[in-house]
Amino acid sequence: MPEQQRKQRSTPKERVEETDEVTTAPSERGEKLKGELDDLLDEIDEVLEENAEDFVKSYVQKGGQ
Amino acid sequence: MAVPKVCGIETEYGVVLRGAADANPVLASSMLINGYVEHHKVGWDFEDESPGRDARGSLREGAQPPEIETHLVNTVLTNGARYYVDHAHPEYSTPECADALELVVADKAGERVLARSMLAARRLLEPGQEVVVYKNNSDGKGNSYGTHENYLVDRAVPFANLVRHLLPWFVTRQVFTGGGKVGSENGAAPVDFQLSQRADFFEEEVGLETTLKRPIVNTRDEPHADPQLYRRLHVIAGDANLCEVATFLKVGTTAIVLAMIEDDFFEAAAGAGGRKDYSIVGPVPAMRTVSHDTTCKATVELSDGARMSAVEVQWEYLRLAQKYADETGLALCGGELVGGDVLRRWEAVLTALETDPSTLDGQLDWVTKLALLDAYAQRDGLSWGDPKVALLDLQYHDVRPDRSLYERLVRAGKVERLTTEEEVVAATTEAPVSTRAWFRGGCLARWPEAVVAANWDSIILDVGGDPLKRIPMMEPLRGTKAHVEHLFDTVATPAELVARLSS
Repeated sequence: MPEQQRKQRSTPKERVEETDEVTTAPSERGEKLKGELDDLLDEIDEVLEENAEDFVKSYVQKGGQ
Repeated sequence: MAVPKVCGIETEYGVVLRGAADANPVLASSMLINGYVEHHKVGWDFEDESPGRDARGSLREGAQPPEIETHLVNTVLTNGARYYVDHAHPEYSTPECADALELVVADKAGERVLARSMLAARRLLEPGQEVVVYKNNSDGKGNSYGTHENYLVDRAVPFANLVRHLLPWFVTRQVFTGGGKVGSENGAAPVDFQLSQRADFFEEEVGLETTLKRPIVNTRDEPHADPQLYRRLHVIAGDANLCEVATFLKVGTTAIVLAMIEDDFFEAAAGAGGRKDYSIVGPVPAMRTVSHDTTCKATVELSDGARMSAVEVQWEYLRLAQKYADETGLALCGGELVGGDVLRRWEAVLTALETDPSTLDGQLDWVTKLALLDAYAQRDGLSWGDPKVALLDLQYHDVRPDRSLYERLVRAGKVERLTTEEEVVAATTEAPVSTRAWFRGGCLARWPEAVVAANWDSIILDVGGDPLKRIPMMEPLRGTKAHVEHLFDTVATPAELVARLSS
């Protein structure tokens, strides 16, 4: 796992400062985030099980503790 | 008086055998373990098991240890964990850990063990068949399976004190421990999405049961340690977490709260003008009230008539914990490094829950899952009742790295990790250094054939010729790396080890 993902996100205040450093305009940033999210959802489509309805219906467990 | 918060997590994974006509879950679970452990499987020593013993002081007649009823395949791993079949589920019990961060690593290592087991099980299956496991707590059809935490607690603490302060604790901590779930079950009011996988399944306040009429506070009294000195608090009111921050907070905050109860800190604070306790009127329905409200604003009634939201009750516990840390220190709860981080993150999470819970995407499971489902449903114009939304919920918990939606989010850099993958992989074979798990794991790593059986508080060795030797391990903080590394390095055989220990 890359080091930067371990970086501590502590207080919300610090996170606000972090985003302030980004130089792109808010609208561009919004576009970029939306693009990333779209890519992620497309990626998820590729790994999702087929026949959602049957799949979910067939997931039945015996009760445990 | 507070004792060190040795802790562990047991997870019953959901399991399916795909591509088979007879999808027997016990068989599927067995295949995982048999596939993972090719050679020597270590037996479990049931000598000290007594799940029918009640912390309130009775032994239920005819109560059979559930492990004995259902134990089919069992093994103990070199990392000190127990891996076995329980109630038609594969169960992974982490080794005993000394603090919340160590336990996050051990819990994540369990996911990796299950992932490898799924691959290994393929060798035992017909082509086209696959065993798949899910780290969740419900099948969405009214069947639940548990993720239990365990904490070492001072035997001298009256159990009633634990109950008094833990009922409101378990009701309100759901705001950060919840695994997130689409819909409701078990007769609960309909809801699109709720915080917890488990909340709908609690029907009693206090009790011994774990599989039906589940109580918020479980009274099973099996210390797995010196019973004169210790209890093991067996917590069944928690969700399986994938987010490391959620596991860290769940364990870290509960450890501090337990230390405060042991040190009578609530009572001391009440003397100084604080509330005596935070007892909630009707904690069972309150579990659902809190879980069913994703805004985290719903209030519950306290026994003194006040109405507070779960987050407000959490603030009160946090303020007390901060005071406790100032006055007593956190040496028993992971020290400044871990305990201090728990307090800082706890505060940050409560602040965020109060202002905008969605900012905790990537830290808490329920928020992360909700954000993902929302985005997906919005893109495709799906309603909450759409099977695809239910599938996303289920597949968030898929333990196969290439199918897990949680894992997709990690890879996309959207989830905060507290561990490195290197330490997680190491923890699949190496035991935590600072508990007796190190001794158990060390014996298994060095002399697998000599370990006839083990359990949490003893290990049975075959040293050749003589009767089997049982080594008691009644003190969870003895047998650490610091204690036994030198011993291990200076003995060549299990017989020598036993001779040295008894001399």
